[in-house]
Parts: sequence; structure tokens; C-alpha cells
Amino acid sequence: MTDSSETGSYPSSWKKAPFIKNSFVRWLIIVGGAIYLAAALGTMNIDLERVKEGLPRAQRFLDSFFPPNFSDNRGVLWEGIAESIWMAIISTVAGIALSIPIGLGAARNLAPAWVYLFCRGVIAASRTFPEIILAIFAVKLFGFGPFAGFIALSLGTIGFYAKLLAEDIENSSASQAEAVKATGANWFQWINYSIQPQVMPRMIGLSIYRLDINFRESAVVGIVGGGGIGATLNTSFSRYEFDTAAAILIIIILIVMSMEYTSSFFRKWVQ
Amino acid sequence: MLQLAELTKKYNTGELALKGVTLEIPKGQVLALIGPSGAGKSTLIRCVNRLVQPTSGSVVLKGTELTKLSSSALRKARRRMGMIFQEYALVERLTVMENVLSGRLGYVGFWRSYFRKFPRADIQEAYRLLDRVGLKHMADKRADELSGGQRQRVGICRALIQNPDLLLVDEPTASLDPKTSRQIMRLIQELCSERGLTAIINIHDVFLAQMFSQRVVGLELGSVVYDGKPDGLTPEVLTRIYGEEDWSATIKSTDEDDDDEEEF
Repeated sequence: MTDSSETGSYPSSWKKAPFIKNSFVRWLIIVGGAIYLAAALGTMNIDLERVKEGLPRAQRFLDSFFPPNFSDNRGVLWEGIAESIWMAIISTVAGIALSIPIGLGAARNLAPAWVYLFCRGVIAASRTFPEIILAIFAVKLFGFGPFAGFIALSLGTIGFYAKLLAEDIENSSASQAEAVKATGANWFQWINYSIQPQVMPRMIGLSIYRLDINFRESAVVGIVGGGGIGATLNTSFSRYEFDTAAAILIIIILIVMSMEYTSSFFRKWVQ
Repeated sequence: MLQLAELTKKYNTGELALKGVTLEIPKGQVLALIGPSGAGKSTLIRCVNRLVQPTSGSVVLKGTELTKLSSSALRKARRRMGMIFQEYALVERLTVMENVLSGRLGYVGFWRSYFRKFPRADIQEAYRLLDRVGLKHMADKRADELSGGQRQRVGICRALIQNPDLLLVDEPTASLDPKTSRQIMRLIQELCSERGLTAIINIHDVFLAQMFSQRVVGLELGSVVYDGKPDGLTPEVLTRIYGEEDWSATIKSTDEDDDDEEEF
């Protein structure tokens, strides 16, 4: 401390220290990043001619969507919707049932290291494959139809739900868990009385969110042969029945929106 | 009743939290454990019920060596050791009643506890204890709706419904105001004498320690540096425990003994 009594000796300017201290490295990242982005954009081959040609095609394509045809001449539209809904529901239930033990095992504060690594491995594997890849496998294994879609969506649910469950458990209060453990509770009682109450509200919200995802994914899964509304949508596209396709898309949008609303309502309710 | 011998705890970080602590606590004694933050107070009481596994040494409760128990025998032993926590550690989304009844988990099977079908005697005892601490009307409230002092009383009920021989109390007043702190300490003291309970109370408020205990043990850097009567805490002793400071205002003088009426 030298001469701190004189205000004149204090600096009057101050700058926040930069995030990356070394100025050479900082500029290298900024300039290098800009060059890479420019180069990447260059290799895209953006051809304005092709865009210009595409626009009228898009116009014709959209025109053929209107008016949407809800008349359901072949009787497959509502059947497809119903199939998608039950596929979404049972794959969510089955997926969550599988996710709970895996999620418990993947929480570092509950499981020994080897269980943890195994469960994290299962989650990583499930997350590696998007639902459409899982559906292609399932269709190859079990044939066309909603059963393949159900398998694909259930496996997809594990990667999502077990991971978030494990993370929520890891973030739960250690002192509440310790207090219940100190009473002499066994492992299952301990989970039921200290962990479950803490993670339940979020898990209920996520279940409904996952149901919503599974319903949307059921449209994708159907395109590769997994049944449901996706199969109906795919058929109507290949038969050039774009007005029916538009009707299907509108129904999907409405169902997803209503689920969105329901899920936020439930989340508030269980808090 | 409780004997600690050469109890040592070394954490994985290499920190030596307890350096061979030896203590003998007779039945019915309320012992205050004081010392600065990081002296090992929390570690010491957690080594007794093995929320922390001691590195070496022994803990003998009523003739049972606790440090070597298998996990199922440990659960049985934990039933007889009630614990009261800093910041209450109630399960906030459970009701007051569920929190109190969770003290019986060691005595009932999983499905009974899962469906909240506790034996009638347990439910009666839960109501009796809640009534004793003045919270019977709060039984169906969620724990996070309660004030700090009320939560700590629920925490006390949860510990007592275990029907313990020993109470382990970890900084019970750490987040309470001075008046509530005194009420909680007095409640713990009264319940201990009603039931003839032995208690170890971690507390960093020297004044409260003197007011509500029969014996004070001072820990510093994992070693016992004082063990004696509450009124033996002279400025010299406090300096030995906490370091140099002006202690004149901290120590209870003898004429302050009688305190105001208890109210809830």
C-alpha cells in the first residue's frame, strides 16, 4: 500500500480483463473463425439461378396443398392419427419405465462407478442414434408397422429421459438425502422419501414433454415404415394427394400445440 | 454410553479432519461441541452414525462397535441415533407428517412406507410429538411452507420419533434468529432431560453452548483442546480454541442465568 491517501494516485480507467488473456490467441480465434465461416459459405455453391427456378415450383407445390382435404376418402387419416397417439403413449410409458432404473444408475451420487459407467453408456448409445435411425433398425428387425415405431420411440425416450432424470438427481439436495439416510431407512425407502419428492415435479413435466416429442417423432418414424400418421402422410405424398397431406400436417400442428399447453399446465400444477 | 477412541478421519483430499479424538460420554449428558469452522465438528458427529466413514479408531455405542458394522446392521444401529441438522434438512416437498414419520423408516417395511401406511402407534407418537413442539395443527402442511423455527421443530420430531438413545445435533441454530435459537436450544435440552437422552450438539455460538449444556468440548483442527464445565470457558480457553480475540462480551456471566419465559 503506497500513498493511498492521495486520490490522484488511483487509476481512473478500468477495463474488464478479457476472457482469453493471450492477445495473440484471442485474435487467432476471432480471425480464424471468420475465415473458416467465409470459406464454408463459399463451398455451399449458392446458385441464385437455382433459387429463382425453385420459387415458382414452391408456389405450385403450396397451391396444391389448399384447400386442405379433411374428407378422408380412404378412411386412413383418423386411423393413422389414432395409431400415432397410442404409439406415442405406450412408447412414452415403456420408455420412462426403462429410464427410471437407468437414470438412477446414471446418477453419480447414487450409483457405484461401474453401474454409473454402464448406465451412462446406455444413455450415450441411445442419444447417438436419432429416432429415424432407430426406426430403420426396428423395421428391419420386426417388419413394417407400428410395433417397429413403438420400439424405436421407446429406445429414443431412454436417451432423453434417463439423462435428464440422472442430472436432476445429481442436482438434488444432498442434505435432505443425508437426513433420510440417517434415520436407518433402506435404499428403496431412501429413494422414495428423499430423492423422489425432489425430482418428481420436473419428471412429470418432462414426461408430458416427451409424449409430445414422441407424437411428433411418430410422424417421422412412419415415413421409414414404422406405422402411424407418418405412414399415412407418406402415402398421401406418393399418391400426390397434397390436400390430404396438408390436412394431416394441420392436425399434427394442432395436437402438438394442445400438448404444449397441457404440459405447461401440468408443470405449474405439480410444482 | 458412547465411547470414541482415537477417532481419525482423513478425507480423500488429504485433509485430516479428526486427529485421534477420544471422548467418553455418559448416559443423559448433553455435550456441546464448539470450535471454529473446519475444526471437524460436523465430521465428528457424522463419524458416529457413519454418514462419514472414519479412517481409524472406534465408536462404541452401548457396547456395540459401530465402525465395523455391515450395512444392514448399520441401518439398525442408525435407528437409535436421531440426528438434527443445520438448515433443518427436511424433505421440502413432503408434508410435515411425512417428514416426522420418515423417522420410523428404519422400523417399517418398504411397501408400508411407500403407501404411507405406518403403524397406528407411530402415527399417534407423531401427533404427540408435534403437539409437544406446538405444531400439531401443521401436520398436513408442506414442509416448505413453515418458518425456520417451525422447520427445526419438525426436524426435532423426526429425530425423536426414532426413539433414539443418542441425539446428534449439527448446528441446530445456524440459520435462526437469536430468540428462536434460544427456544430451539431450550426445547432440545428439555426433551433430552425428559427422555434421559444423551446428546452431542455442534454449535458455534459459545454463549448458547454455555447456556444449554452440561459439558463443553472445544475442537481445534481436529483435536480436543478443551473438555470441561461450561463455566470453565475463560478468555484463555477461547483463545486456545478460536485464536486471539476480545472475548469479554462473549462469555456468559453468572447473573444472566435465569432467562425469559418460553413461548411458541
